[in-house]
Amino acid sequence: MITVSTLDFVRIAPELVLSGFALLVMMLEPVTPLGRKKALGWVAVVGVLLAGITSLGSARFGGSAFSGSISSDAFSAFFINLLLAIAGLTLLGSMSYLERDAVDHGEFYALILLATAGAAFMVASTDLIMVFIGLEISSISTYILAGYKRGELQSNESSVKYFLLGSFATAFFLYGIAFVYGLTGTTNLNVVRETLVNSNAASGGPQLLWLALLLMFVGLAFKVSVAPFQVWTPDVYQGAPAPITAYLSTAPKAAAFAVLVRILVGSFGHSPSMGPVVFWLLWISAVLTMCVGNLAALWQSNIKRLLAYSSIAHAGYILVGITAGGAEGTSAVLFYLAGYALMNVGAFILIAQLAGTGERRVEIADFTGLASERPGIAACLTVFMLSLAGFPATVGFFAKFYVFRSAIHAHLIGLTVIALLNSVVSVYYYLRLVVAMYMGEGKTEVSEAPVPTALGFALGVSLVGIFFLGLFPSSLLGSLIAMRLPWL
Amino acid sequence: MPSHNHILTIAVFLPLVGAWVIAFLPSEAAGRIRFVALAFSGLTFAVTLGLLFGFDRAQGGFQWVEDYAWIASPPIHYHLGIDGLSLILVVLTGFLTPLSVLASWTGITERVKEFHLFLLALETGVIGVFVSVDLFLFFVFWEVMLIPMYFLIGIWGHGRKVYAAAKFILYTMAGSALMLVGIIFLYDRTGTFDYSQILGALSSGSLVLTPHVESLLFWAFLLAFAIKVPLFPLHTWLPDAHTEAPTAGSMILAGVLLKMGTYGMLRFCLPLFPNSSREFSTLLSVLAVIGIIYGALVSMVQPDLKRLVAYSSVAHLGFVVLGIFAFNPEGAEGAIYQMVNHGVSTGALFMMVGMLYDRRHTRLIKDFGGLGTTIPVFSTFFMIVTLSSLGLPLLNGFVGEFLIILGSFRARALFGSLAAVGVILAAVYLLWMYQRVFLGEVTNEKNREISDCNAREKLMLTATVAVIIFMGVYPQPFLRQMDSSVSQVLARVNPGAENAFRVAPRKNSLPVHEAWPKAGVVALRGTPFPMGEGGAKRRVSGQFEISAAKPDGNLAENSPTTTAARGADR
Repeated sequence: MITVSTLDFVRIAPELVLSGFALLVMMLEPVTPLGRKKALGWVAVVGVLLAGITSLGSARFGGSAFSGSISSDAFSAFFINLLLAIAGLTLLGSMSYLERDAVDHGEFYALILLATAGAAFMVASTDLIMVFIGLEISSISTYILAGYKRGELQSNESSVKYFLLGSFATAFFLYGIAFVYGLTGTTNLNVVRETLVNSNAASGGPQLLWLALLLMFVGLAFKVSVAPFQVWTPDVYQGAPAPITAYLSTAPKAAAFAVLVRILVGSFGHSPSMGPVVFWLLWISAVLTMCVGNLAALWQSNIKRLLAYSSIAHAGYILVGITAGGAEGTSAVLFYLAGYALMNVGAFILIAQLAGTGERRVEIADFTGLASERPGIAACLTVFMLSLAGFPATVGFFAKFYVFRSAIHAHLIGLTVIALLNSVVSVYYYLRLVVAMYMGEGKTEVSEAPVPTALGFALGVSLVGIFFLGLFPSSLLGSLIAMRLPWL
Repeated sequence: MPSHNHILTIAVFLPLVGAWVIAFLPSEAAGRIRFVALAFSGLTFAVTLGLLFGFDRAQGGFQWVEDYAWIASPPIHYHLGIDGLSLILVVLTGFLTPLSVLASWTGITERVKEFHLFLLALETGVIGVFVSVDLFLFFVFWEVMLIPMYFLIGIWGHGRKVYAAAKFILYTMAGSALMLVGIIFLYDRTGTFDYSQILGALSSGSLVLTPHVESLLFWAFLLAFAIKVPLFPLHTWLPDAHTEAPTAGSMILAGVLLKMGTYGMLRFCLPLFPNSSREFSTLLSVLAVIGIIYGALVSMVQPDLKRLVAYSSVAHLGFVVLGIFAFNPEGAEGAIYQMVNHGVSTGALFMMVGMLYDRRHTRLIKDFGGLGTTIPVFSTFFMIVTLSSLGLPLLNGFVGEFLIILGSFRARALFGSLAAVGVILAAVYLLWMYQRVFLGEVTNEKNREISDCNAREKLMLTATVAVIIFMGVYPQPFLRQMDSSVSQVLARVNPGAENAFRVAPRKNSLPVHEAWPKAGVVALRGTPFPMGEGGAKRRVSGQFEISAAKPDGNLAENSPTTTAARGADR
């Protein structure tokens, strides 16, 4: 018998607010006259802000909810706030984009809110079934968003690819859950951990457990585009509308990483028999992902594809932090995800603006000579690139630094050296855009439309975030370390 | 010495303030931008001069220390300080930056605002590298400084500028990536990034590195520095970067950026990893000697003036590395002195090649000839700078090279002699170049019409030549500043001599700045160097110790230097 109290609802308040506002936007959509759909975007922004406020309340009354399937703790509070920030920046960045490309329908904003609500459930749930439901809510919304430009072939291709491969991957994940349930008799991650720690290898022997772990890992690896499950990423990121790419490359990734941390570090990593398996699984995928992402990015001429491969590489660095594990590795991973979201969302929404109507200007060559015509915009894009490359004084540097520090602390010297050499390679392709903007001869092809206020505000927020966390990183990291998650 | 003034912070960030001011000027106001840049870099130079005169030379440790917590986790401090190793390099940076602003006065006409912005930002980064006591802070400056340099080469360079810029940044970052691993590893072992604390932990024995770990760390740091220097065979980025960079870029690149590598060796590799330094000193000296000879030989056949000067840097920096790994005061102080000399002389050479390029739009030696008759003033300045670069006595280059060769003779006579061959080769390629460019008949009619130095150029060249001559004639004030810091570093690598250095640094071993004039006089008089045969080293060192000894008859046969040098040789 499941008992539900008011407190349970308080603990999922942000998700409730998000879902409520998604419904509200959908209901308002038919009554909003054409050409004024932007107002719905602002409704969605209000929803995100309200969800942010309520998340304070759910953090205040933290604890597990709905019979232990949801945990409102510091970990989920961090991720929910991160997801809300990503959603907010994406919304601000996409309103004028939708208007320009004549696809401004209210569903867009509702879908973003739903995807965020799904992702928020993912990060907060401690029960695998609940994780799966959140994953599905978020995935289905993003499948639609990827193909949001119905009239465009590329966008359709992107959506279909994402949908087919994505549903395949979630099937793997579900299959893994089934195995876990069969072996341990529960889907609750906390109970799974205790079972694994107490009985050396639950009934059925370690082989089946490895299989269960592998299946779940494959499902999540797809979501965060870990090699060799990254093949879809460049095509989907290229075809999807750029603000959606901004969202896709950050929010579902952050949520899937949160689940990975909960499952791998928080649960399976504690098992004496599974620990080494988890370790080597992560080690190998980290190396593969970094190398594949960085090497492939070297040859890209399309900026969206380049950033797609770069996001694969970043997933690799994050995996280094998860491999290191423990409280230190986990806090480094969380910091990394926050910094990564700031710079990636910023870069994509700016590119969405510069690409012009129909996103026709997305080749690196189109940016040639941008610096002499629009120095401010060029400088802004340069900051995003330098931060992605990990130069000091930007958040990208400390993100990498903390991850590598935790790796060295865990005696993963070899992995750290590989990761650092990879980040040197990455400098080359990030600077290619800078080279085009500053050192290329010629007139820029990108859109000359002025930056809309909402987008400008979103860019400002990410820039300030990049520099603030780049100069005073302990303001965030300190609170991440102070979390002291009991399950780590 | 905790003090409450912020002179180092001012020295580091004054240029950045200048960059900030420039950012608010309209791009069209080129004249005002140049003036602001000159004013701020000039002010910075004044501040660094203040450091030079206010420096307490009796103290071996860091001075004008500023130490504030910056980041709580991990404990990173904004910890600045300056000592005998870094002082003179900071002054050099302060000197070269206004000079490069002046050198670009007419040469840079496009995007003047951004140019000066980057130039000043670069100065902040470079000074920051030299005064950071916190390893993390050091690394931050080390990396941040790459960005302005990258833009300087990539935007205002010539020819394959983008290629050169990318090569420069990737080479350097590959090296520094390994250094970052080393830094984090040291932090992991000690719980601090503070250089003094890490050094203290290592020398007090509270942190013991196994030989294996120590050598790995040594190489992690050394590779980053060796790429920067650049030490043969890691030098391939340098000719490209130097040749394609704008004049001011080359001046700063050759003048100070390369020194960050040799400075790093002296500051970090030797004191932190003394055993590995000793273990690999022969290998590194061999590489340094190869660099000296190879750089000179390649310089000889360069058709391009700027490339010639660029390769000569490989040779000059080879001297510096050789001096550092001789592990004696002469070698080390000669190395520091030579860093400055090379900065001034090669900076001036690049500046003058830039002036020629501004006039003729070519840098090929074959396009010139007989300039001595058409632009006599310029030719005279060029001659002095060339002579300083090849190490003519009474000019600055001689002091450094002589001390280095002396030091390396004491450590390893063979390398000392080979380095001396390098001096001859330098004379060959520099004088031959001078002959082809300035002497003889005017073969190209275009060379008749070019103008001689204008007032601005005369000012710049006079300032440079004044420094060259002053440092050549009267090196004591500079050398004196280094003594205590250098002996501290050497005490770490020569543990046998540790006590002698600590207790009475002046009693047994004669400080270099006192030994210098006498030894120099001996050399000037032409006392032959006894070379060859087995006993060469002993005789050489003996002879100089005697000639340099004080009248109280305190012969240096027992001096720790000599013993240590022999120890290292064994």
